[in-house]
Amino acid sequence: MRQGFREVTSLMPDFVNFHFDIDGDSFTSAGEASVMIKKMLRQMEFSPEIIRRVSVAMYEGEINMVIHADGGTADVNVYCDRIEIILADKGPGIPNIELAMQEGFSTAPDNIRSLGFGAGMGLPNMKRYTDDMKIESEIGVGTTVTMTVNV
Amino acid sequence: MKIREIVDLLDATVLCGEAHLDGDVHSACGCDMMSDVLAFVKEQAVLITGLCNPQVVRTAEMMDMRCIVFVRGKMPPAEVVSLADEAGIVVLTSKERMYVACGKLYAAGLSGGDLAHA
Repeated sequence: MRQGFREVTSLMPDFVNFHFDIDGDSFTSAGEASVMIKKMLRQMEFSPEIIRRVSVAMYEGEINMVIHADGGTADVNVYCDRIEIILADKGPGIPNIELAMQEGFSTAPDNIRSLGFGAGMGLPNMKRYTDDMKIESEIGVGTTVTMTVNV
Repeated sequence: MKIREIVDLLDATVLCGEAHLDGDVHSACGCDMMSDVLAFVKEQAVLITGLCNPQVVRTAEMMDMRCIVFVRGKMPPAEVVSLADEAGIVVLTSKERMYVACGKLYAAGLSGGDLAHA
């Protein structure tokens, strides 16, 4: 089950953290964290374009974690000049990151395609919507994706 | 184009969002692959799809879409309609097939929009 999220205002005055545990068991609830972030950023009065870029990139990542890694964690750190999204999982890892970044390449099973995902657009979309994206992955250990959207 | 015109053009049934039928939409995307929808961006768009799960609503919400049209007479589950209602998205269902629904809206002047960041 999803553990919910917590909002942690750091001791640094210009940095707010939102933490989510992403449930790997339920494709139906995948994306709830991104919907919540979208609402938070709207309350914080970011521009619609910034909000859309952050929430779409996070949503694609959230879906990826549910499809491939049995869930994980999502941290969104809001600074005064940028928004950082860190998605971490303990899944199987990505054997060939360059290949995974190619549009149309996917290892998602057929049942996921029938649900509307697995077209090989997830990682390319995440890169497209963010100013910077780093993928650290180790086979059998997990994957951490760090994305930054400049404000 | 007003959402109300889409209802007429596709002889559609309104499942939620009656209050937003006079809202304007400027483009549309006909697709069953949600990541392809997420690669498409245009303000005030309509999503035409045959897929009926909650991710359709979340995808539309992420892209600030105003209206979802379920084609081929598909009736989404109540939880899907409820999610869309909460998000302020109009949900329609039409007996038209995807190809015909898209053709009718395009012929009536609703464009395809642009690809995001293309």
